[in-house]
Amino acid sequence: MIDLIIIFLSTIGTLAILLAAIGIVRMPDIYLRISVTTKAATMGIGLILIGAAMYFNELGITSRVIAIIFFLLLTAPVGAHMLGRASYFTGIKMWKNSVYDDLKGKYDPKTHELSSEEKHQHEKK
Amino acid sequence: MSVSDYLYYVILPVLALAILLIFIRFVQGPRLADRVIALDLLLTTGIGIIAVYSVYSDQPTFLDIAMIMALIAFLGTVAYSYYLEKREKND
Repeated sequence: MIDLIIIFLSTIGTLAILLAAIGIVRMPDIYLRISVTTKAATMGIGLILIGAAMYFNELGITSRVIAIIFFLLLTAPVGAHMLGRASYFTGIKMWKNSVYDDLKGKYDPKTHELSSEEKHQHEKK
Repeated sequence: MSVSDYLYYVILPVLALAILLIFIRFVQGPRLADRVIALDLLLTTGIGIIAVYSVYSDQPTFLDIAMIMALIAFLGTVAYSYYLEKREKND
């Protein structure tokens, strides 16, 4: 029974990682690549590590696995956000079919200032 | 079919295929940021391979290395994005 659970968890996790790998090759844009890889890889690694913890079934290893999963859940969004922010600030264009750009007009590429208002309103003052 | 056979003949080849696909993006990535994402995903997939291999060879000590690899991946991503932003400011 426990073998079946381990096989199930590792299969789902490996499929998530494979989908992330296909996504990083196929996606047209750096922001879409960041989005695909972070989510899918976090889920895949978490499931594989839970499977490993169920295989060993000891307290020390389970706590180690929980620490790794907690650390991944904590750091993957932070790293993805920092990379997306850096690539937006360095002027990487979005995909031509992207619909919505929240930062358009609210970011000054010269002074690196972010404002909540539109740019032309800002210059009137 | 036991668990270790399944891991060795099904899971590890699929993970190796994923590593190859990520490495395509790592080689041809048009800009530096693409390569940084690919490097991050390579290290994350490496954590998964280490976990599967520790189950296969019945040695839970390998999971320590997985933890250190997660730390290094986060540190590398943050440092790369910091210097990407800083390099653009200096130009």
